[in-house]
Amino acid sequence: MTTRRILATTFGAVALAAASFAATAADQPIVGLITKTETNPFFVKMKEGAAEAAKAKGAKLLTAAGKQDGDNAGQVTAIENMIAAGAKTILITPSDAKAIIPAIKKARDKGVLVIALDSPTDPQEAVDALFATDNYKAGVLIGQYAKASLGGKPVKIATLDLFPGHPVGAQRHNGFLKGFGLEAHPATSNELSKPAEVVCMADSYGDQAKGQTAMENCLQKNPDISLVYTINEPAAAGAYKALKAAGKEKAVMIVSVDGGCQGVKDVAAGKIAATSQQYPLKMASMGVEAGVSYAQTGKKVAGYTDTGVTLIANKAVAGVDSKDAKVGLDLCWGKK
Amino acid sequence: MKDLARRLPPMSTLGPLLALLAACAFFSYKTDTFLSGQNFSLVMQQVMVVGLLAVGQTLIILTAGIDLSCGMVMALGSIIMTKFAVELGLHPMLAIMVGVAATTLFGWVNGLLVTRIKLPPFIVTLGTMNIAFAITQIYSGSQTVTDLPEAMTYLGDPVMLLGTPVARGVLVLLALYGITWFALTQTAPGRHLYAVGNNREAARLTGISTERVLLSVYALAGTFYGIAAMLSVARTGVGDPQAGQTENLDSITAVVLGGTSLFGGRGNLLGTLIGALIVGVFRNGLTLMGVSSVYQILITGILVILAVATDQLTHKQR
Repeated sequence: MTTRRILATTFGAVALAAASFAATAADQPIVGLITKTETNPFFVKMKEGAAEAAKAKGAKLLTAAGKQDGDNAGQVTAIENMIAAGAKTILITPSDAKAIIPAIKKARDKGVLVIALDSPTDPQEAVDALFATDNYKAGVLIGQYAKASLGGKPVKIATLDLFPGHPVGAQRHNGFLKGFGLEAHPATSNELSKPAEVVCMADSYGDQAKGQTAMENCLQKNPDISLVYTINEPAAAGAYKALKAAGKEKAVMIVSVDGGCQGVKDVAAGKIAATSQQYPLKMASMGVEAGVSYAQTGKKVAGYTDTGVTLIANKAVAGVDSKDAKVGLDLCWGKK
Repeated sequence: MKDLARRLPPMSTLGPLLALLAACAFFSYKTDTFLSGQNFSLVMQQVMVVGLLAVGQTLIILTAGIDLSCGMVMALGSIIMTKFAVELGLHPMLAIMVGVAATTLFGWVNGLLVTRIKLPPFIVTLGTMNIAFAITQIYSGSQTVTDLPEAMTYLGDPVMLLGTPVARGVLVLLALYGITWFALTQTAPGRHLYAVGNNREAARLTGISTERVLLSVYALAGTFYGIAAMLSVARTGVGDPQAGQTENLDSITAVVLGGTSLFGGRGNLLGTLIGALIVGVFRNGLTLMGVSSVYQILITGILVILAVATDQLTHKQR
């Protein structure tokens, strides 16, 4: 070990000790928030919500994130560091629903309250509580909307999904088909249903450029696609770009999930017909409140809490409850 | 017999072309939507960004280097040009030039660190990759830049060519491949580049300023990344701070599939274009067949191993 490394390690240890000393001295409840990434606007909003709630409740908030979506090791390191820093509650959006469980178990064995936000662990009971959107229901809502607005017309569907094997991707996809009145796997399944009406399925990775490529290829396969489901609004924006290039943007309906500000603007502009909006800020503030109440009373929250989902649509249709883009813009996350 | 073998193009050049043709034949047979000018134009526009990044990557790999930073540098360039145009109201052409200047500067810094401080390219670009990513996120606040002036998406729009719509950016791509290929094979600086990649010490002894060659290669690669940023913006119609995260390995894949040796000094730029097309054709064809994209990743992996193995074996024979 070089001198420099020894120095660095010593310095790190001293800093950590100082940090935990300062924390105990203030006798402030410490809550840790671990997101999938630092950069996704969804998690940026989540962090904001947590910071606001922590300020209001007099708690100290620590935050950390994986380097990219799927970085489990980074999240494990973050859990260890937060326990070392004296956190009694950890809020986490698991990047890998299964691989994170041993680290969560260690934390809970030390008496730490662990709450999953946004995405469930697998099994869900591995954490004390889950505050999240009901992704299956989010899918059902846009499926019902599409069905009601298209009426009884025959339909050819393209689905621009997340990537293989992700529960959130499967729940939204299957929920959408269920809402549309087609045969679909239940919410517990990780498999994507493919009824005959679905003529093209492609992975968008929730990314605009990849969504555009996927839509172009689907249109090449079936030029007469009439309805497009997308995993999120960046993918929807990519699909719209591809449809517009083919001169089909007026004839094809796009539905999506998320409710980010850019996505809601696209709903207002008529690019996306409808989207299911979710609420990251609420997940985070509820999590911090639960953490503070645990520090004060010793009572742990348990089970699943649905943080709600609202259908935001450009044009309301009979028989389906929806709010317009103005309401959506008030509640959206990202840059307004 | 030996004479005949020598007269044929080497396996590393012929192999990728055969693989591409075989894939095209397979998909033409399996689906009735694959074989059309319009679909080929589609594949071209889908590989346009990676294809252009791969030009810079080829130049660097020919000098026995590697560039991990290219995708992130491109993302930075696209954020700079879109923010300058939308938020500062700069003329789109000027904004694009600022973006390209920034990526060229990044490439030049890579070159400086490689030549002056003599750090390995892998480590240098690993560092600058992270730096470019972080600057992109900080500068953009991780927010997508939208509402671009129309001039910035001009190259993403199609023109009619022989009755087929072709994105203007594809023509830019093909032109740049043609010019760079000519410069590499027919001019003195191009030959110097190959010489430096083949044997740096020998090149230096023949009077080539190897440092200057390397520095200009890295800076020029940066310029190509800036042009790739321009095409990426034109294609997607936004400045996306999340863009480019897998493009470094994707561009290296294209170079390797195209038969360029990672040991430097051997390879053909046109092979890189074929390499990029192979990946694009599999992605397109498998979607048309209704097969999951995981198989595209599987096949790409197998082809990379095949390409490198072919290079290694033919290299030993000589």
